[in-house]
Amino acid sequence: MDLINLGIRSIFIENMIFAYFLGMCSFLAVSKKVPTANGLGLAVIFVLTITVPANWLLQEYVLKEGALSWMGASFATVDLSFLQFIMFIAIIAAIVQLVEMLIEKFSPGLYGSLGIFLPLIAVNCAILGSSLFMVQRDYSLIAATTYGFTSGIGWYLAIIALAAIRERLRYSNVPDGLKGLGITMLITGLMGIAFMSFMGISI
Amino acid sequence: MKALRTLLDKQRPMFEKGGKLEKFYYLFEAGETFMFSPNHTTSSKGVQVRDAIDLKRLMVTVVISMIPALLYGMWNVGHQHFIAVGEAATFGDKFLLGAKLVIPIVLVAYTAGGIIEALFAVLRKHPINEGFLVTGMLIPLIVPVTIPLWQVALATIFAVLVAKEIFGGTGMNVLNVAMTARAFLYFAYPSQISGDIWTYLGGKTPVEGYSGATALAIGAEQVVKDTGNSVVAELNSAWFPGLFDFENLFFGAIPGSIGETSTLMCLIGAFILIVTGTGSWKIIFSVFFGAYAMGLLFNAVGFNEFMSLPAHYHLVMGGLAFGAVWMATDPVSATHTETGKWIYGFLIGVLTVIIRVFNPAYPEGIMLAVLLMNVFAPLIDYYIVQANKNRRLQRATV
Repeated sequence: MDLINLGIRSIFIENMIFAYFLGMCSFLAVSKKVPTANGLGLAVIFVLTITVPANWLLQEYVLKEGALSWMGASFATVDLSFLQFIMFIAIIAAIVQLVEMLIEKFSPGLYGSLGIFLPLIAVNCAILGSSLFMVQRDYSLIAATTYGFTSGIGWYLAIIALAAIRERLRYSNVPDGLKGLGITMLITGLMGIAFMSFMGISI
Repeated sequence: MKALRTLLDKQRPMFEKGGKLEKFYYLFEAGETFMFSPNHTTSSKGVQVRDAIDLKRLMVTVVISMIPALLYGMWNVGHQHFIAVGEAATFGDKFLLGAKLVIPIVLVAYTAGGIIEALFAVLRKHPINEGFLVTGMLIPLIVPVTIPLWQVALATIFAVLVAKEIFGGTGMNVLNVAMTARAFLYFAYPSQISGDIWTYLGGKTPVEGYSGATALAIGAEQVVKDTGNSVVAELNSAWFPGLFDFENLFFGAIPGSIGETSTLMCLIGAFILIVTGTGSWKIIFSVFFGAYAMGLLFNAVGFNEFMSLPAHYHLVMGGLAFGAVWMATDPVSATHTETGKWIYGFLIGVLTVIIRVFNPAYPEGIMLAVLLMNVFAPLIDYYIVQANKNRRLQRATV
């Protein structure tokens, strides 16, 4: 029950985009077409599901104060948490490399359309953000995995909905000054209002 | 009539290209076509299917369908006022009081929306149509009567500007304009649009035992306080017996936003929309069906009291009927594909009941359910069109 609650919370209520504004760069840049957005969204889900538990293990057994006590009593007081950012980023970058190779092998078309944004997942704030939130909120390993997976789904839903809206916008007559990113920002705000409906839900 | 025609014809050159008031052509055109049908006809080479109904007449039909709800709302405002302060009053008194309070709200919404619309028509050179008459009528119907007029104006301006005009005007927006106005009020001025503010008291002290709570608020309260009382029993014992029984909820002599209380009036509106072919019966039906199905599912699970509320109550409580008939059917922000309409409507109904039951912060779910589905409508359309393409491609290659 707690896990379901956590899942619903991170998909809808604490949505990476609409509640924390994390991962906005690729959200705005890769949402022009639904298939591309779909591909990037799936990649983000995949990366999040792996990196959050991986970082959890790292945090728990290497970085946390006293985490190294399994190596012997003399390590019990070592506190490596100042290395948190750099270690997390290293893990994320390594996993993104892996995903990139997989996509290139299995779907060259998608690889081409994602372009530079695929390696950029490594610096996607939503990914690092989830790892840091996971540490801050003291999740267990299972909760951390659920959290990574569901915040990925939340991000995925946001980006494909935006991509479909932007495809429809081709028929709109947006003022020149607002074309492109301007109108996309405004739509994101309006979508944020719609997503507010879930704020406060708990099962 | 003839005199009016000649008057307009005389003015026309002034507004046409090269005329003195060329800039204001679309304002002139709007005024003209408001009274006469436009005189552009199909050429001998063009499309030969003609219909007397155009976008303007379509929008006016929607306005007409709202009039029963508006008139009933005026009466109900007076009715609620006189019950709350414990005075006897005739039908005429109630109606007059209601009209005195409701008409300013309608006028403010029309003026504020109309100014923005006219401004954009002149600046961006797009024709004005009666879409703003619909929006300007919907907004008063979904706010409480006690709302300050400046908030109505502000919400209307925000919604027309941000939800509609920046996308290029009628037919190009993503979110429903009236719902955006209400959501704006809801999040910007929560104290004026939530809580027990549904009855106009006019400075008088209410009778003993009076609580302005709506049926939905009472339902949500059972969940929050975990009283374990059945919602139906609580509804029946609220304030005075018979206020919230099923029949009265259906007819709508209950506290609530101006136009949304009466399910009956919404159904009359739905009838007008469906008969004239203006609103999609698929959406209206599937919203009700979705809400009912979700209500039944909750009855079967039922681990809090609001979940065990008989499913048919959900159909008459709050603004579900109003939202189903006038908000969900907005042809622009709804899905455009026919199959999509079933999915879209069904999910609105389901989400409404979920938000009502699980989210005590927002007793009224229909507003946010409609907005959320507006956001996902293009996606539903996209996948339906895609599926259709794939099916036809398969047929082509065989």
